[in-house]
Amino acid sequence: MPGLGTSFGRGGATTAQQDLSNADAILIMGSSMAENHPVGFQWVMEAREHGAKVIHVDPRFTRTSAMADIWVPLRAGSDIAFLGGIINYVLQNNKEFREYVVAYTNASAILREDFKDTEDLNGFFSGWDDEKKQYDPTSWLYAHQDQGSRENGGGGQAHKQASGGHGKDRGGEMGDPALAETDPTLEHPRCVFQVLKRHFSRYTPEMVERCCGVAQDVFLRCAEIFVNASGPERTAAICYAVGWTQHSKGVQIIRSAAILQLLLGNIGRPGGGILALRGHASIQGSTDVPTLYDILPGYLPMPFFEADANTLADYIKKHKTRTGTWSGLDNYFISLLKAYYGEAATKDNDYGFNWLPRVTGDHSQLGYWLDMQDGKMDGLYVMGQNPAVGASNGKLQRSALSKLKWLVVRDMVETETASFWYASPEAVSGELPPEKIGTEIFLFPAAGTAEKSGTFTNTQRLLQFRNKAVDPPGDARGELWFMYHLGRRIREKAKRNPAARNEGLLALNWDYPLEGPHNEPPAEAVLREINGYHVSDRTQLAHIKDLKNDGSTACGAWIYCGVFPDKNRNRANERKPKDLLGHGWGFSWPNDCRIIYNRASARPDGQPWSERKKLVWWDAAEGKWTGNDHPDFTENLAPDTPSNLREGHGVQALGGARPFTLHQDGVGWLYVPSGLKDGPLPTHYEPLESPVHNPLYDQEINPAAKKRERPDNRYAKSPADPRYPFVLMTYRLTEHHTAGGMSRYLPRLSELQPELFVEVSPQLAAERSLVNGAYARVTTPRGSIEARVLVTYRLKPIQLNGKMIHQVGMPYHWGYSGLVKGAAANDLLVISQEPNVRIMETKALVCDIVPAGGELSKMRNQSMAERVS
Amino acid sequence: MKTSAFLTDSTLCIGCKACEVACKEWNDVPPDFTEWRGLSYDNTWALSARTWRHVMFVEGVPEIGKGGNDPATMAWGLLSDVCKHCEVAGCLEACPTGALVRTEFNSVYLQPDVCNGCGYCVVSCPFGVVAKDPVDGRAFKCTFCYDRQKADLMPACAKVCPTQSIQFGELEELRDRAQQRITELQDRGVSDASIYDPLDTSVAGTHAIFIVRGEQKAYNLPPNPEVPTTYLKSAWTSAAVAAGALLVGTMIAFLGAGGRKV
Repeated sequence: MPGLGTSFGRGGATTAQQDLSNADAILIMGSSMAENHPVGFQWVMEAREHGAKVIHVDPRFTRTSAMADIWVPLRAGSDIAFLGGIINYVLQNNKEFREYVVAYTNASAILREDFKDTEDLNGFFSGWDDEKKQYDPTSWLYAHQDQGSRENGGGGQAHKQASGGHGKDRGGEMGDPALAETDPTLEHPRCVFQVLKRHFSRYTPEMVERCCGVAQDVFLRCAEIFVNASGPERTAAICYAVGWTQHSKGVQIIRSAAILQLLLGNIGRPGGGILALRGHASIQGSTDVPTLYDILPGYLPMPFFEADANTLADYIKKHKTRTGTWSGLDNYFISLLKAYYGEAATKDNDYGFNWLPRVTGDHSQLGYWLDMQDGKMDGLYVMGQNPAVGASNGKLQRSALSKLKWLVVRDMVETETASFWYASPEAVSGELPPEKIGTEIFLFPAAGTAEKSGTFTNTQRLLQFRNKAVDPPGDARGELWFMYHLGRRIREKAKRNPAARNEGLLALNWDYPLEGPHNEPPAEAVLREINGYHVSDRTQLAHIKDLKNDGSTACGAWIYCGVFPDKNRNRANERKPKDLLGHGWGFSWPNDCRIIYNRASARPDGQPWSERKKLVWWDAAEGKWTGNDHPDFTENLAPDTPSNLREGHGVQALGGARPFTLHQDGVGWLYVPSGLKDGPLPTHYEPLESPVHNPLYDQEINPAAKKRERPDNRYAKSPADPRYPFVLMTYRLTEHHTAGGMSRYLPRLSELQPELFVEVSPQLAAERSLVNGAYARVTTPRGSIEARVLVTYRLKPIQLNGKMIHQVGMPYHWGYSGLVKGAAANDLLVISQEPNVRIMETKALVCDIVPAGGELSKMRNQSMAERVS
Repeated sequence: MKTSAFLTDSTLCIGCKACEVACKEWNDVPPDFTEWRGLSYDNTWALSARTWRHVMFVEGVPEIGKGGNDPATMAWGLLSDVCKHCEVAGCLEACPTGALVRTEFNSVYLQPDVCNGCGYCVVSCPFGVVAKDPVDGRAFKCTFCYDRQKADLMPACAKVCPTQSIQFGELEELRDRAQQRITELQDRGVSDASIYDPLDTSVAGTHAIFIVRGEQKAYNLPPNPEVPTTYLKSAWTSAAVAAGALLVGTMIAFLGAGGRKV
């Protein structure tokens, strides 16, 4: 989550869902929260009942809109223009929270003279390399920033690499921010505040209308409500989900929200914040302790393969900072190596640093899937995912699976990924018949959530332990059992082969206690290791500050340190909430802070901005920070402690009034000098497939986005391909779970939404002779599928400069297995890669739609009742 | 006797259908498995033998700039319907086997082991709640989670509702709460909100009351629900009159015939 990571320091929601009930206004955009997070939505409802205005900006009128005070339909993919419009409204009308902005953001930092904005270069920032199709971000730094030593941030090469990737949630290896000049009056023409003002000056209400199709008065009403609900006495929150992330510029959409919230002083304060609503259970957990290729637990960067970085010292020099929380990087990293390699990790062998694999290329999911399609991969494990129908360009996904030698699928049911070889549309049509597929497929039965113990880390960074309720049936096992025994068997094999490449594998600390008839490692044992312990006596670590860089501590994920502070105290399993924020229920990383950066809830002098919005404040008598949340700050660092950025070390160097302690300069970044691949500021670009020209710049699309265009991954002509005149977006329904593996096999959920449908407006239905309840065929350059037609006033054509833009929506839950079947909407999508996180664009594409007979779908579903009985 | 009741507030309903699923899970009700219907997001369609909570989706015409909470427009009405557990229950009055009984919670409970599947209750319910199972043949409907109430638990649907759209409690208390809520809504300018609680009809009030916006009829809430047995007296009277008239006519015919010389 580099959008939040580069802006504030951590790639996680800044607040807790419960805290939404404290908000004075809530903007929900890029999310249908009521639809996909119905339980958390109760706190939005609570805020609404207290009088907060709820604004839902979404192309479709959804369950969320039905609960909102204001619904604003906009053209899919125009989010930055809309948010940029509000930012411009704030800046033009001097509505920013000036004291907060001056003290807690980088508004005053002065930029280099050679920095050029997209406003100067017609859609490009300075540093674009047209040959490599990427930016050289040097000119984006603060003035003089790169002239320092490498002691506080890598600079140079490190800075260039830093742009992009999950690992760079830290804000990237910028040069030394201590060397930046600042102008607290915010008047200097090259200071961030003035650059920001110029950058967004063309995002006027007229431009919002031209770009988003939102009438000026409607837009202005949203802006006024949101802005007026901010300030010392009031706060406003923003909720978003994958409706923002899954764009070719998703990170920059989130950046826009971050800028807005920093300008309005809404971060670190009750009722404020940005709530990143994660796609499903423990997605936050799977980036914290990642399943991603380019980061290690706790957002530590994965080492890259490079000639001059073969030692631990090089790695630490490159990534460690002098000031801020990342000054402890060596403590976190060496403790991680100790957790991995145990006694085998010694000072002499760099704690096993060279046993860690190196990143050699794009091994993101979409990246390696294309490699798979090109025959470069032998085997694959698929666990808890159903890419055959759940990932974009389904046909390519399935074709790639058929190129494997072997495939292991672990799931509770035979998902489409396991059955593709005989049941996929290509297998049935004879295009890719079973006899032409050489892939050997192993289907392992997996335990369900109630059949195993472990933790979820939810959308608000909250770790909740769940205890096993029943034993899994038959041969079904939990992931922990599977991974442990897989590791054990591979290590046994490796023992017989003393090759150098097996050294790391054999050095692994794999000594978990085992219990029960199946020799299962207890989940608590793993969580204890993740929390960390003193190597000498195996006593648990209680706090991140106990971590050491001398090999005396081991810790699986430094940000989770404190979750298991004592051998018998599992805070993730505690269930006695004491207050609204839920202290006493589970454990919220870091240090059980429910609202992070909460030092910002107090003025620089340490007292709350207002009585109504107090959260954490300085208790002078006690000499410490106190309040209604755990302070996300050094507990006894007085507010008047001066900062010593130029010479100081650690978080203390930031002084007592810089709340964003993960940044070397301790402030929130309106402007991101380092850490992003597609620019320091958000800029409106059209989706990769768009019905119209970019109204702001000649550069149509995000130049740094990777299209991965090839014959099996084709694009429509953009803009305005006459063959595909309508905007297509995909989404989810309350009734189903993602690609359906956990819902389409359950009768009581399946019956609620038994078939794929496509939502169209009455106007489009009339234009294309589509009949409610009948079938339609939806086509993109990737595929063509049938779906039932749902004609509804909840979809409205967008009026754009006198032109009518029709938008159609499709949920993507179906496939060719399960109790209810239907075509996979993901077959229509294209594989594309946002530059920073390499996510695909699923929320704004183009398509055509015509009436169809539905023969195929009818055949598929005719015996539904029989299957159930 | 304590009267258990539901207050279902459509202004708080997000249409998640958790109540439908929780009801079926707790009571082990088999799925309906009807086809996709093309009726907004509603595919279970109506209360039935296998759907005891049913979430309705009443589509309006949303206006740009106005959400569903706007006082002026009802854009997408969402409401969870349920058995009304009437004060005077048509089903109960019609049941010839005694399968339908009044419980200690003042709710109407259908005992499946006594039901013979005659279906009189089905036609006697003014709300179309009771239905016969197409496979089993017996009638089924909401039990008001009788077993849960016996164990001091609230009904499953109310328990899972994430937004407190379904509230469970004592009838008079909920009536007060509904009144407060309406006042609150009207103060906010929501002038089209109303309580559905048909006291002055032949059902003499229901133990499931509702708050809806717009036409109550659109939510399957009839303005004047009629219990068929209300017509019992007039039906018997009519029958008696008819029988009398027949008797008199016959007698006249005989008398007339007797008077004629053959």
